Amino acid sequence: MATTTIDKTPARPRAAAAPGPRRRARSPYPYWFYLPAAVIYGVLFVVPTVTAFYFSLTRWTIFDSQFIGLDNYVTFFREPALVSGLTHTLIYAVVTSAAKVVLGMLLALPLTSRIVGRGFLRSVVFFPVLVSTIGVGLTFTVLMNPDQGLINDALGVVGIDGPAWLTDPRYALLSVALVDVWKGVGLATVIYIAGIVSIPTEYFEAARVDGAGGWDNFRRIILPLARPATVTVILLSLIGGLRSFDLIWAMTRGGPGFTSDVIASVIYKQYQAGFYGLSTAGNVVLFLVVTAIVFPLSRLLNRREVDL
Amino acid sequence: MSAAPNRGPRPNYLLSAVAIVAALVVFVVPFVFIVLTAVKDRRQASDFDFAWPERFQLVQNLVDVVQARDYLLIIAYINSTILTVASVTIMVITSAMVAYVLQRRRGRWNGLVDFLVLSGLIIPPAVVPTIWVLQRLGLFRTMSGLILVEVAFGLAFCVLLFRAFIATIPRELDEAAIIDGAGPVRLFFRVILPLLRPVIVTVVLVQSVFVYNDFVNPLYFLPGEQNATVQLTLYNFNSQFNTQYNLLFMDILLITIPPLLMFVAFNRQIVAGMTAGAIKG
Repeated sequence: MATTTIDKTPARPRAAAAPGPRRRARSPYPYWFYLPAAVIYGVLFVVPTVTAFYFSLTRWTIFDSQFIGLDNYVTFFREPALVSGLTHTLIYAVVTSAAKVVLGMLLALPLTSRIVGRGFLRSVVFFPVLVSTIGVGLTFTVLMNPDQGLINDALGVVGIDGPAWLTDPRYALLSVALVDVWKGVGLATVIYIAGIVSIPTEYFEAARVDGAGGWDNFRRIILPLARPATVTVILLSLIGGLRSFDLIWAMTRGGPGFTSDVIASVIYKQYQAGFYGLSTAGNVVLFLVVTAIVFPLSRLLNRREVDL
Repeated sequence: MSAAPNRGPRPNYLLSAVAIVAALVVFVVPFVFIVLTAVKDRRQASDFDFAWPERFQLVQNLVDVVQARDYLLIIAYINSTILTVASVTIMVITSAMVAYVLQRRRGRWNGLVDFLVLSGLIIPPAVVPTIWVLQRLGLFRTMSGLILVEVAFGLAFCVLLFRAFIATIPRELDEAAIIDGAGPVRLFFRVILPLLRPVIVTVVLVQSVFVYNDFVNPLYFLPGEQNATVQLTLYNFNSQFNTQYNLLFMDILLITIPPLLMFVAFNRQIVAGMTAGAIKG
């Protein structure tokens, strides 16, 4: 995709020797700088993304493919276990993003105010973001054990009979979402902290002169001016939530039954079972879901963005 | 400089106390649990409780985990190190080149490149077709294949971070270097790249954490016991150590240490990188 007509040797004598008409043709910012990245990205990201549309219409063994029209999609949307993956994906993404927006803001408020141990608290909240998702998943699988787990033990102390988090079909998906929030809320929080800190102090001073209280400050200043941060948190957690796989796989493997299966885990299961065409159809569905949600949403949310 | 709702002259001690206790319970207890379970003996570890270890088996558990499956963990650490170092290095250089030309030169490619960067941030990669491409290139089940895959999936985010930073470097600098007779390659590698050091540090840290913690791509593109990366050992050990939770948690502990060290050393840069890339979103 780059213009390779320009010779690749860094021509040291060129600048001195060619003051003529040739000089205009040679930008100091040559397009072939795109080339290494373009090759890797084109071959390993663009080509698979585009060919996925074709392969999702085939019965496919990697080595040869046979065109079967929309059969894979028919299978995908007929099989209840697969369709439920689609709804679970949406539930998971919406629940985790909403929780991260609310909790991220709630955590960022005290963490930008004058409290003791602020630096420590910020670090503690953020650190899970950097930890292995699989490690977190396995740890919480143990903590959420219905009979012996620490969470239900703790709830038992205050008289609450905790649910069977991961083994109860009603709660499995939401329990994983809860752990996702635990791990990811730190990123939302630091984004909000960056947003709140960048609000000029003059606004708060003017508000104080006008006799505004804490709630007014939040409602009239922080919330509107932290809007870019909110947009970022929503988009990032939706993108992450829609394609989420590793945490679910580490904790429930889509179970019990198919009650916590999402599209990404369906893709993996079909791949493992050797149904490459069906797996790729799942990938195309995921692609469509993500683009249908994220692109318009980012347009909509960014339209009225306050420039920071 | 902090502009916040609660700007009294004194810290709010009540709020502080509540926040610290809540943070300890919610965010610190799980990590303490990991450490405690990792040093317990096998029988006590399977109780899953928060008790103090009756017998400390730190060394014993450590040796057991490292020796398991013919030192698989050592091989996995070597694999993960190669993967992280190689892919992050390639990512940094190639994406800095893209971001530089993209930021400096207004031309017919800009729209397309912007679109591709945005797509790279949003679109989930198509798994099996990627395997098909790798297979065709003879790179499936190879470390080089996985390295290139990580590069391809990480490029977009790097370009975003680099471009924002390059915009702050004055063009006069380029012009001065050109007048001094520097060609494009020398201009970029000798003049611009050294100035990118702060953002390179950020990109390296953030991407290292991503690649090191990546589970999905090694799972798909580098299957096979001897190829395991550290994240895959967790996954493999989980089935093997189903009754030996002390060893499983020792593995989790060992795998958590590298990010912890990085976080302690570079807390500020990591947070800056993750939020800077995000705010521009």
